Amino acid sequence: MSKTFSIGGIHPKDSKFSKDKPIEEFPVPKRVVISMNQHLGMPAVPVVKKGDTVKVGQLIAEPAGFVSAPVHASVSGTVADVAPYPDFLGKKVLSVVIDTAGDEWLETIDRTHEIKHEITATPQEIFKIISDSGIVGLGGAAFPTHVKLTPLEGMKAEYLILNGAECEPYLTSDYRLMTEHAQEILIGGEMMRRVLGDVAGIIGIEENKPKAIEIMKKLTSNYLQWEVVPLKKRYPQGGEKQLIDAVLGRKVPSFSLPISTGAVVQNVGTAYAVYEAVQKRKPLITNVLTISSSDPSIQKNYRFRVGTPIREFLSAAGAMDKEGNLSRAFAKVVNGGPMMGKPVSNLDGPVMKSTSGFVLFTSKETKRQEPGECIRCSKCFQACPMRLQPYLLYQLALAGRTEELDENRVFDCIECGCCLYSCPAHIPLLDQIRLAKNVSLKNKRKK
Amino acid sequence: MTSTLLYTILSLSLLGGLLAIVLYFIAQKFKVQEDPRIDQVLEVLPGANCGGCGYAGCRAFAESFVRNPENPDFVCPVGGNDVMQKAAAVLGREVQEQIPKLAVLRCNGSCDVRPVLNTYDGSPSCAVAADLYGGETGCSYGCLGLGDCVVACTFDAIHINPQTRLPEVIEDKCTSCGACVKACPRNILELRPKGPKSRRIYVACANKDKGAVTRKVCSVGCIGCQLCVKACPFEAITFADNLAYIDPAKCRLCRKCVAVCPTGCILEINFPPKKQVTNNE
Amino acid sequence: MDKLLISPAPHLHSKDSTRRIMRDVIIALMPSVLVSVYFAGLSALLVLVVSVAGCVLTEHLIVRYLMKKKTTVSDLSAIVTGLLLALNLPVSSPWWMVLIGCVVAIGIAKMTFGGLGHNLFNPALVARVFLLISFPVQMTNWTISNSIFRPDRWELPKGLLGAQGQLMDASSGATPLGIIKEGLANGMTMETLSQQHDFSYWHMLFGHIDGSMGEASVLAILAGLLYLLFRKVIRPVIPLSIVITVALFSGILWMVDPSQYADPLFHLLTGGLLLGAVFMATDYTTSPMSPLGMIIFGIGIGLVTMVIRVWGAYPEGVSFAILFMNALVPLLNKIKPFPYQKEVSRG
Repeated sequence: MSKTFSIGGIHPKDSKFSKDKPIEEFPVPKRVVISMNQHLGMPAVPVVKKGDTVKVGQLIAEPAGFVSAPVHASVSGTVADVAPYPDFLGKKVLSVVIDTAGDEWLETIDRTHEIKHEITATPQEIFKIISDSGIVGLGGAAFPTHVKLTPLEGMKAEYLILNGAECEPYLTSDYRLMTEHAQEILIGGEMMRRVLGDVAGIIGIEENKPKAIEIMKKLTSNYLQWEVVPLKKRYPQGGEKQLIDAVLGRKVPSFSLPISTGAVVQNVGTAYAVYEAVQKRKPLITNVLTISSSDPSIQKNYRFRVGTPIREFLSAAGAMDKEGNLSRAFAKVVNGGPMMGKPVSNLDGPVMKSTSGFVLFTSKETKRQEPGECIRCSKCFQACPMRLQPYLLYQLALAGRTEELDENRVFDCIECGCCLYSCPAHIPLLDQIRLAKNVSLKNKRKK
Repeated sequence: MTSTLLYTILSLSLLGGLLAIVLYFIAQKFKVQEDPRIDQVLEVLPGANCGGCGYAGCRAFAESFVRNPENPDFVCPVGGNDVMQKAAAVLGREVQEQIPKLAVLRCNGSCDVRPVLNTYDGSPSCAVAADLYGGETGCSYGCLGLGDCVVACTFDAIHINPQTRLPEVIEDKCTSCGACVKACPRNILELRPKGPKSRRIYVACANKDKGAVTRKVCSVGCIGCQLCVKACPFEAITFADNLAYIDPAKCRLCRKCVAVCPTGCILEINFPPKKQVTNNE
Repeated sequence: MDKLLISPAPHLHSKDSTRRIMRDVIIALMPSVLVSVYFAGLSALLVLVVSVAGCVLTEHLIVRYLMKKKTTVSDLSAIVTGLLLALNLPVSSPWWMVLIGCVVAIGIAKMTFGGLGHNLFNPALVARVFLLISFPVQMTNWTISNSIFRPDRWELPKGLLGAQGQLMDASSGATPLGIIKEGLANGMTMETLSQQHDFSYWHMLFGHIDGSMGEASVLAILAGLLYLLFRKVIRPVIPLSIVITVALFSGILWMVDPSQYADPLFHLLTGGLLLGAVFMATDYTTSPMSPLGMIIFGIGIGLVTMVIRVWGAYPEGVSFAILFMNALVPLLNKIKPFPYQKEVSRG
């Protein structure tokens, strides 16, 4: 019996078109724009200046506090600029721009593909390397990994859950990693497990990835502390709270971190990055992304360098016309999965550490319909995995009734998009709820 | 028959009397002492309950005003001086005259001068769009044109012009309550003095980018050349973050800055058309 | 290239729409419609056509010329109301009465509250009750004699007809519930009543009893219910809680005195209980949104229905019960769902 979470959820078509496309190495771009704000928390502080020469893997920005992460150069060359540059949403973020010259790596980095099984580093050393390598959660939120591995006062981790659910439609980067680099993921996971103090290890994978489940099951037979848990296909299973509920049957209380249930969730991609950082001394400068669409010719998986302009992936995948514009058929580029990803408004914006893919949509597939009247069908309520009442929150948010929004736990919203997805009247529920939630959380922090 | 009638009348009267006594005591016990002047002040106030004064509605304002009339911060933006004078008269005192104000939009980036680069397809709300991304144009400071200010205005004084996709304030209706200023997620609406004969000059731009960047995305943006700062004889123009700002308290409406601005982002409102300069000499 | 489209997440939609839901309800009503036309012929068709056309026209006129907005008839909700209203009327309803019903349903019960999604009461039921009070004679005349071609002139399979192989007398003019109400009031017992009137459950299943058009055939309603459940338009909570409540209530009475009270099956199969439970009580707008609210709503309808049927003046109580509970829906919607985190279980 496969497990799943207990409340709400939806079943969108999974559209994993690119799942059989192996990961291709993406060519080194001529110029990268590396954002200083690729993680949750304080933006990193640049330590290089215009004109400096850097090597691949060299530190270019230091963390600005504990909840922050360092940033490393993803190409070798000269620093062309240290200034605010627009990201994929057109918002200006302090960035380091490097003009590529050759591909010269730091000597300390092991660039061979040989798998290094033996873990020689102590947990303290592993923790240090993780925080020095700029590793962040690659499931989407980009929360600095070392912070998640630091136990909070009075709380003890019992489980490490590796998140291989990949419940977002279209995306296949985690799946490709699990099929091509299962051993490395497991070693990375094993190291994090040791950092947490020999907790039990669990890998949660949705059933629509039978090959990944099979490979992982075979490998974990050598590791006594590890267990593979197949999960039913259901969105948002990859949400941290939903995954803990699905695997352990425990629910994370409001305003609490998942650790309060004794579980730490890490993405499989993060585990792979930890493996590379510790065993190969390679900081987080590359990651895997999916380019997908309903057009069979534009379905790829790439290993990319952080800071590559989005435009280059699209033209390499064949989604651009000669003038450098998006092919006529497509109208929207989504950074991430279609359920939670953000739209791309600036195609020259760079990819980030935690970019998991770009999905291209035609206007017909994605254009929002004219909203109608709420017919009180309560489908949004039935779909909400946090058991909120989206129809009510929407009304309260429009009216700006902050106190009642708090009473109805607007802060619990995980922005999964199930409510808007299932609304037959096409009411933009989440747009307003997201705003109201941010206001509510801001007020809470002030107190 | 008569006795039935008698008993009925008697018992009812008795009951009525008893209840009247009970009610009297209850009313005494729960009596709310209220200054009668609060109601008098309330009558003078416009009753719009807009919250522009910073209080939760006109009644709250009246209560605070009666309690502490000395505080000069009490201003009813809707009613203006007349109302404040009347309200003060209720308490037997006078208040200082306030300069009439008006909401102005510090952005002049209409569709023809600020090219639209993408199509927004989310909720028609500036707050949602501003939370999401930089906006439909390349300018991440300017007006989004989705009309949160229009929704916020309770006086029907602000409307989006479909041609320019910018909000326009109707001078006669604007009460300077500040609701639109609060609603704007980009903070580009400002309350400025109406000015003598409704004449005023202000910088219609909020872009803090460097000149070259601004010029690329909008042809009427402030490019930070500081010509106006040098031209101003009254030191009314300050310059910070690549953006000029005219202090309405110091501005004498000489219009020298308007003449020197290369992009035309300094607007002069309600001035008579300039006389043609003739080269007769 | 068109300009890039920008919107917040999610970027996909389930393709569900109000129109699709309404279309599903219309499809689910089709078996009942067909059965009523089959048994009552053109006169049933006439009532249906007048009712649907009347509702659609009323909505169009009000939205277009009174509210001065874009017409909303394309969401198909007016057609649903029209069909439900027709199925709640006797076959012999005169056309003008049906039209009045349409104006009351759409004009008063729906549009005055603000249209789709805002009405407090089920429009079709408001119209039915309005007509029942205003035109009691026409509304309780269950004859089908004015039908243009009567089904007894057709060659019908024997199983569908009564034991004698012929239709019930066209002028009998009372529903089974009406018969027992009057009979019991006159001191008769259930046994004598059922001997006199031949209440065959088979007739009720197939729609061969007197009553309003839609309440007649239970099988047709169940077919519609299955379709609605299959398409996930409704959840079975409300219909189930109504049926269980009615069965329990009537079961207890029946066990106490079988000669004075009808058995549960009789109550379930008659008087439009199922029509109400499946199509009227589950109306999204006028039913609660939380599961607990739905259960309370269903139990309430069941209780009020039975109280009216057994002790009330009317033989039939489903319409009143649903309208009564409709009024409580805003209150029931105040019920908060169980919070996500009931308790953190630590192993």
